[in-house]
Amino acid sequence: MSSIALKLLKPLGLPEKLSIAQLIKALLVPLSGILVFLFIWNIAAQNIHTSLGEFPGPSQVYEQSINLLAEHNRERQKEVAFHQRQDVRNAKKLAKNPDAVIKTRPYTGKPTFIDQIGTSLVTVLAGFFAASLIAIPAGIVIGLNKTLYSAFNPVIQLFKPVSPLAWLPLVTMVVSAMYVSDDPMFAKSFVTSLITVSLCCLWPTLLNTAVGVSTISADLNNVSKVLRLSWLTHVIKIVIPSAIPMIFTGLRLSLGIAWMVLIAAEMLAQNPGLGKFVWDEFQNGSSNSLGRIMVAVLVIGLIGFMLDRVMLVLQKKVSWDKSVELR
Amino acid sequence: MTAKKHLELTGVDIDFPTPNGPFKALSNVNLKIDRGEFVSLIGHSGCGKSTVLNIVAGLYQATQGGVLLDGREVNEPGPERAVVFQNHSLLPWLTAYENVELAVKQVFKHTKSKAEMKEWIEYNLHLVHMDHAMHKRPDEISGGMKQRVGIARALAMEPTVMLMDEPFGALDALTRAHLQDSLMEIQADLNNTVIMITHDVDEAVLLSDRIVMMTNGPAASVGEILEVNLERPRHRLELADDPQYNHYRAAVLSFLYEKQRTPGEPTAKPISQQTPAASVAADAADTEATTTAVKTAKKPISADEQAA
Ligand SMILES: Nc1ncnc2c1ncn2[C@@H]1O[C@H](COP(=O)(O)OP(=O)(O)OP(=O)(O)O)[C@@H](O)[C@H]1O
Ligand SMILES: [Mg+2]
Repeated sequence: MSSIALKLLKPLGLPEKLSIAQLIKALLVPLSGILVFLFIWNIAAQNIHTSLGEFPGPSQVYEQSINLLAEHNRERQKEVAFHQRQDVRNAKKLAKNPDAVIKTRPYTGKPTFIDQIGTSLVTVLAGFFAASLIAIPAGIVIGLNKTLYSAFNPVIQLFKPVSPLAWLPLVTMVVSAMYVSDDPMFAKSFVTSLITVSLCCLWPTLLNTAVGVSTISADLNNVSKVLRLSWLTHVIKIVIPSAIPMIFTGLRLSLGIAWMVLIAAEMLAQNPGLGKFVWDEFQNGSSNSLGRIMVAVLVIGLIGFMLDRVMLVLQKKVSWDKSVELR
Repeated sequence: MTAKKHLELTGVDIDFPTPNGPFKALSNVNLKIDRGEFVSLIGHSGCGKSTVLNIVAGLYQATQGGVLLDGREVNEPGPERAVVFQNHSLLPWLTAYENVELAVKQVFKHTKSKAEMKEWIEYNLHLVHMDHAMHKRPDEISGGMKQRVGIARALAMEPTVMLMDEPFGALDALTRAHLQDSLMEIQADLNNTVIMITHDVDEAVLLSDRIVMMTNGPAASVGEILEVNLERPRHRLELADDPQYNHYRAAVLSFLYEKQRTPGEPTAKPISQQTPAASVAADAADTEATTTAVKTAKKPISADEQAA
């Protein structure tokens, strides 16, 4: 029992070996924090009245999350039923005429809350990977060369604080103009979201990598010189390992930004994802809408937290400096 | 005409650029070293010992004069002049074995097979008695062990010249004595040329064939050179009562604490065409050297050392 609890606690950054007393304490303190929050939320919600009714409290939010799950399951059943009907129809057609041309149409139901979560997750990870793939090598090159660093630093500083909302119209127009193909591999909306996310989350990784690379200790550089390491060996054996902590600091910042930016971009551009879900519910304006939006808000927070934990686990895996406590 | 020496420093000057104009750290350093010789550099803190070593290593460029190794000019670093750094400088993400391996792969990639390299790495770690902790990372081993790995890394490169910057500076007396003995054994076997910086007079006398005493900076130079004609192998316990040994020891102490007592003043030659800015820099360096010299002066004249 307690071992299961321990496994669940591990990703939360708690130490592995806990006595029962410590375990209770480790559980009790955060739990009481959550309880206090729920209590305050409940009181506050009862006192906020909107045109769509009372602000959703914990119980409405719980109710709506059950509803959202149920809707998802219903939608899945419909899809299965649709495919069954289609298969039966096609089988009949074939039985009549073996040479008949069979059409299989995909199911075009409304994406559910769960579907939107999936879309957002795929988009954020794709955008984040694309950005990292550019930012880490670029950061290494810029960090190793003082001239390049001074040359590009102003540009980086200029673009770093730009809000995604400012990029979005430009990206949308550029994608519509450039990304034209009869059978596109990805939807345009996906490409737009991805590029917007990448543009915004590029900078922390780029800057932190550059700083990490440029602050390698002079002694290690001297070792490399005495050994006459080639440029590539120098980068692989000395530069990257010693910059790893800074690279990961940047990556974690980037992933956090990517997730925030994506939700905003989806809302504004009506691209599929959690942001669109929130916007649709807002437009919908039923008595349940606020509760459903609140579910989305909590899910967005939870996913952001989980993404950061995943990065932390990765960081712990690759970090050589075990003396530093990572959190 | 005398035969060409193994390692020659001729008229070495170095100016460091500083915001207040160039700072002349070394002026006219001349030194000739034979193959297989063990030379110590001793001098007050900040006088320029590390700078001399870095010039021989090729990490710094002399402003004037230069270094010849076997008749060829030294103008870049290279593995034939291995350096044992003052603070070990191991790569913290590699194990002891991997740290040595990086050097061995670089030096012997065309001449040794994989198995030979492995054997060679293990042999060198064995020389410094690190067999048992070969696969530990630097943060899992003690300071003395790190320093030993640093020495193994340098030895494994089969350098013509070993350059050691206070290799035992940060160690306790017992570990230091142990490593000094190992170094003497290894050097007797391999007959490398060694230049070692030290602050420790006993260490200098015990290990060296010659002790090069440097004057105080700025514009430091070679003050005196002391030949140490003690028979090898040397044993620290026997030498403690040896009058010859104590004579050498006294000579070094007298140079450091009488002739170079007030750093800067008696020896610092005025820099020719001194600009006002440069003299400010020199003054600043003077005061710094004075304060650091007082600190180091305490160590060798402590009570127990005097009794020895
Ligand atoms: N890169 C540099 N730029 C400017 N000044 C330098 C530089 N390196 C050394 N110096 C100066 O040159 C002088 C000699 O320094 P060095 O490090 O060689 O002293 P040292 O004899 O090795 O001292 P210690 O025994 O404390 O290690 C010092 O005054 C120092 O401030
Ligand atoms: Mg030094």
